[in-house]
Amino acid sequence: MGEMDQMKKEAEGLKSQIEAARKAAADTTLADAASGVAPAPRVQLKTRKTLKGHLAKIYAMHWATDCRLMVSASQDGKLIIWDAFSGNKINAVPLKSSWVMTCAYAPSGNLVASGGLDNMCTVYNLKTPVVKTVKELDAHTGYLSCARFLSDTEILTASGDTTCALWDIETGKQKTVFLNHVGDCMCLALSPDMNMFISGACDSLAKLWDIRDGTCKQTFQGHTSDINAISFFPSGNAVVTGSDDCTCKMYDLRSDQEVISYQDAQLNSGVTSLALSVSGRLIFAGYDDFNCNIWDSLKGEKVGVLSGHDNRVSCTGVPQDGMCVCTGSWDSFLKIWN
Amino acid sequence: MDQTMSSKLQSSNNIAQARRTVQQLKLEANIERIKVSKASADLMNYCGEHAKYDPLLMGIPASENPFKDKKPCTIL
Repeated sequence: MGEMDQMKKEAEGLKSQIEAARKAAADTTLADAASGVAPAPRVQLKTRKTLKGHLAKIYAMHWATDCRLMVSASQDGKLIIWDAFSGNKINAVPLKSSWVMTCAYAPSGNLVASGGLDNMCTVYNLKTPVVKTVKELDAHTGYLSCARFLSDTEILTASGDTTCALWDIETGKQKTVFLNHVGDCMCLALSPDMNMFISGACDSLAKLWDIRDGTCKQTFQGHTSDINAISFFPSGNAVVTGSDDCTCKMYDLRSDQEVISYQDAQLNSGVTSLALSVSGRLIFAGYDDFNCNIWDSLKGEKVGVLSGHDNRVSCTGVPQDGMCVCTGSWDSFLKIWN
Repeated sequence: MDQTMSSKLQSSNNIAQARRTVQQLKLEANIERIKVSKASADLMNYCGEHAKYDPLLMGIPASENPFKDKKPCTIL
């Protein structure tokens, strides 16, 4: 047997081993285990603010850690910094490339970042008298789908070139490249303790990475199409994904498998975005069908819907204090609900 | 590069890739897994303990809602 055939056989054997180990741990499902839990209340949220100002589709939004400011990105070629309490625009940052796909707010509030079809992640300083470009992080060979700051000096990116990367913002260089996906990386999320991150890709897999040693620790299967959205459950022990296959799923990290799927026979639109409430009980998932559905994370039941956008919901975000949920849409508006 | 050289390079790249795949699978196969019943219990406990601090679950009184527009009161 050639070495290639040997490797193939060994790989198949290991896959079966993993499958068997997961089955052995699957003594129940989350929905069954939670059958005795009182259902989440019917969630009826109202639109408190509609943020108007973008002139084209909104692709991304991210809350600042002060839970008041947020940044949004639109293919009108602008980042807008909003004061969500008043609905006022604090800043409008013109982008060199209008083909933006992601934006991020640094935990300090000093910096924001954007990126997209220009393959670059551009970092801006909001605290200088006029907003200034700090760095253009240029090394990905595919579009930038997601960026998240670890601090004012480090940022994580996910790219259509199938890699994720950790950058040193001061030097502008990649410190670590995370290689393992075989499809475009579409999203990433940082673990609450900031030691790990999770990525979702067009290979329909979610992968857990150790930020410092650069290795892929676990791979989660189950979706049958691109994973567009991903988030950690607040305890850090599970992740929730949203996919073009019209479902969301929760994977538990310690049992290394899918524990519940959030789906409905009548739902046949892809999931574009998702965010969890602070207790982890509610999942807000944005869909191509213009709605944001609210799921009971433990029971897998739909408990509400946010209707009001006139086009696809492209981004969703809950601030750290959990006081509201923001949805952004291709209809060019952002809405704040609670 | 002639045909045999380039196909040799291709096949050695494929073997290198296959070795990396096996290496990664070994890493992933060797982790400890807890039972889903235990994982579920922990998830349920977390939700239970934090529910009272979840404004979207509990509701927000109008007076404490920073996003709610404050309407002026008219004296009739």
